Amino acid sequence: MAKKEITEKDLRKVVLESGIEVKPIYRPEDIKDLDYERDIGNPGEFPFTRGIHKFMYRYRPWTMRQYSGFGTPEDTNSRFKFLIENGQNALNVAFDLPTQNGLDSDNPLAKWEVGRVGMAVDTLKDMEIAFDGIPIDKISTSLTINATAPIILAMYFVVAEKQGVDLKDVRATPQNDILKEIIGRGAWIFPVEPSVKLVCDIIEFCARNAPKVYPVSVCGYHIRESGATPAQEMGYAFSIAETYIDKVLERGLKVDEFVPRFSFNFDIFGNMFEQIAKLRAGRRLWARIIRDKYGAKNSASMKMKMIAGGGGAGLTFEQPENNIVRGAYYALVSALSGTQTMALCTFDEAYTIPSAKASLLALRTMQILMEETGVCDTVDPLGGSYYIEWLTNEMEKKIIEVMEEVESWGGMINAVERGYIQSKIARQAYEMEKKIQSGEIVKVGVNKYRMEEEEKEIELYDLDMTAVKTQLERLKEVKNERNNLKVKESLEELKKAIKRDENLMPYIIEAVRHYATVGEITQVLKDEYGVFKEPPIF
Amino acid sequence: MTGVVTSKEMNAVHEQKKRLRILIAKPGLDGHDRGAKVIALALRDAGFEVLYTGLHRTIDDIVNTAIQEDVDVIGLSVYSGIHIPASKELLEKLEEAGVDDITVIVGGNIPPKDIKRLEEMGVAAVFPVGTRFEEIIDFCQQLLRGNKS
Repeated sequence: MAKKEITEKDLRKVVLESGIEVKPIYRPEDIKDLDYERDIGNPGEFPFTRGIHKFMYRYRPWTMRQYSGFGTPEDTNSRFKFLIENGQNALNVAFDLPTQNGLDSDNPLAKWEVGRVGMAVDTLKDMEIAFDGIPIDKISTSLTINATAPIILAMYFVVAEKQGVDLKDVRATPQNDILKEIIGRGAWIFPVEPSVKLVCDIIEFCARNAPKVYPVSVCGYHIRESGATPAQEMGYAFSIAETYIDKVLERGLKVDEFVPRFSFNFDIFGNMFEQIAKLRAGRRLWARIIRDKYGAKNSASMKMKMIAGGGGAGLTFEQPENNIVRGAYYALVSALSGTQTMALCTFDEAYTIPSAKASLLALRTMQILMEETGVCDTVDPLGGSYYIEWLTNEMEKKIIEVMEEVESWGGMINAVERGYIQSKIARQAYEMEKKIQSGEIVKVGVNKYRMEEEEKEIELYDLDMTAVKTQLERLKEVKNERNNLKVKESLEELKKAIKRDENLMPYIIEAVRHYATVGEITQVLKDEYGVFKEPPIF
Repeated sequence: MTGVVTSKEMNAVHEQKKRLRILIAKPGLDGHDRGAKVIALALRDAGFEVLYTGLHRTIDDIVNTAIQEDVDVIGLSVYSGIHIPASKELLEKLEEAGVDDITVIVGGNIPPKDIKRLEEMGVAAVFPVGTRFEEIIDFCQQLLRGNKS
C-alpha cells in the first residue's frame, strides 16, 4: 500500500522575526529576477553585497576585539596585555557607568558603581595608566563610550600625543552613537538635539584632524538587544546614520570627506540565515543610499564597515555553559556575514562582566573558527545560494519599510524624542518573552531540556573593593597636583564655545590636558544644555 | 457546595476588588531596562496598576515616588550588580520614612548565591532572569489576598 505523500502543507509554518515566511525549499525561480552585476557584484565592488573587500578573510581575517575593562585603569591595563599576549589584535574598552554617565568616582550618585561594569575614568591620568605600555600607533582601540565620548576621545588623543603618536596616525573608534543610547542602552545625559550636536562635533573634528579614526559606530546592536527585529535593527541604524550625515553635511563637509569613516555595530543571535541575509542586504542598501541619495563618488563611502557578534540577548541564565556553544555559532554566522571585526559575548555575561577565563574562551572560539575550519578561504561562501539570495532580497525590502516608517514619524530625532521606537521595541520584547515562556520560541535549557537540579555555581568576576579606594585616592591626588587655575580657565573657554555653538572638541581636548575631570566637563555641558527627559512609553 | 460565606472569605473578596499598585524601579546608572519594561507590561496585562520610574533613579527618588503614588509593591530591577547595596538602602530608607506597608521585590541579573542574602535583608521575593511571569503574578496576587507580607 502506497504511503501518503508528504507535501509542504503538512509542514509547520516558519516565519522569521522580521516577518518573512520561509519555504522548505528554494529553487532557481525564486531568484530569477536577480542580476549578478546589479544586485550582488563581485566582492569589493558595488553594491558590496558579497563583502567590502576583494579577497576578504583570505587576505586579512577579521579583527578580534573582545569588550574588556573593569575596576581601575591598572586592572584594565593588565587585562589588555593579557588579551594581546594571547593573540588579540585590537582593543575594545568598557567604561564603568559613572564614566558613561559623566560622573566622577567621588560623586554620591556613583557610589556602588565605580569600576563595576568597566574601567573607571576620572581624568587623563587614568587613561595614561590604562594605555601604559600599549603602542597606540600599532593597536586600534574601540572606545565603548557615547554621551561622554568627546571627553574620553579627547583623553585618548592626548595620551597618543604623549606617546609621541601624531593625531593623523591614531586609530580609534569611539562608539559615539547617542541615538541608540536613548533607544536602547540608556547611557544618555543631554537632550537629543545637543547630544546629536556632540556626535557630529566628533565626526567633523576627526574628518579634519584625525583621518584614521572611525568617529562613530552606529549600533543597531543595542536596539536589537532591546527588542528590535533584525530588519528593524538595520533600518533604525541606517536612519540614525542618515541623521548624523545630514547634520554634518549642514556644516559644509562633503559626503566623501567623512562617510568613509562611518562604521556599524550589529548583533548576531536568532535565526542564522536571517542574520546573514540582514548583513548582506544591509551592505547593498547602504551602498545604494550613499551613492544614490547622497551622491557619493568615492566607493569607500559606500562600504558598510562593521563589528558583528555579541549576541547577549541570545544567551541564557540557565545552564550557562550552553552559552559557549551559542557563542561559537554566533562567531560562525558573523564570519559568514563578512564582518570586519568580531567580538563575542562571553558565556558568563548573563550573570556579570566577563571573567578572564571566559574572555579567553571567547577569543579562542574566534581563533578556532579562523584557523581550523576553512571559513577564511573563500569570500562570501553562501553567495549564490537560492535561499540566501532570496532572503537577502526580502530582508532589504523589510529594512526599507522600517526606514519609511521612521520617515512617517518625522524622522529619527522626533521618533526618539517622542518614544515611538522605545515603545514599539519594548512591546516586542514583551511579546517575545511571552513566546519563550509558552515554548513557541525554543531556548534550550530554558523551556526545553531544562534541568531543575542544575544550580551549579560558575566562577564569576567579583568587584574588588580596593579598586574603588585606589580610584578615589588617585582622583584626590590628581586634583591636588593639577593647575586648578588652568582647569578653571579651560572650562570657562568651553562654556563660551558652547554659547557660540562652535565645535567643542578643541576646547574639551584643552580641558582634559589640564586634568579637568569627566564630571567637571560634563557639568559645564549640563549647565548649558540641560538633561534628557525620557518620554513615557506606556 | 454553597455553604456559609465566612467573614474571612468576604474580606478576601473585598480585597480582590482593590487593585495592587506596583512601582517598577531602576536604581543607579544602568540603562538596561528591557527586563523592567517587559515585567511592567506583564504585570499590567495581569490586571495590576503598574508605574515605571524610568532610568537613573536614586533610592531617594524611588522612595519618594513610592510614597507619593501610594504603591503597595516596589520591584527593583537590577542588571549591573548593585542589587545588594541598592536593596539594603531602599529597605533602610523605607523604614526611616516610617513606611511598613510596601513590599520590596527584586528582579534582574541576580547570582544564585545572593538570593538568600537579599531575602534575609528583608526583600520579600527575588525573581532572577528566567523567572516565569506567572510566578511573579502569582506572588502579587497572593499579596493582594493577604497571604504574604
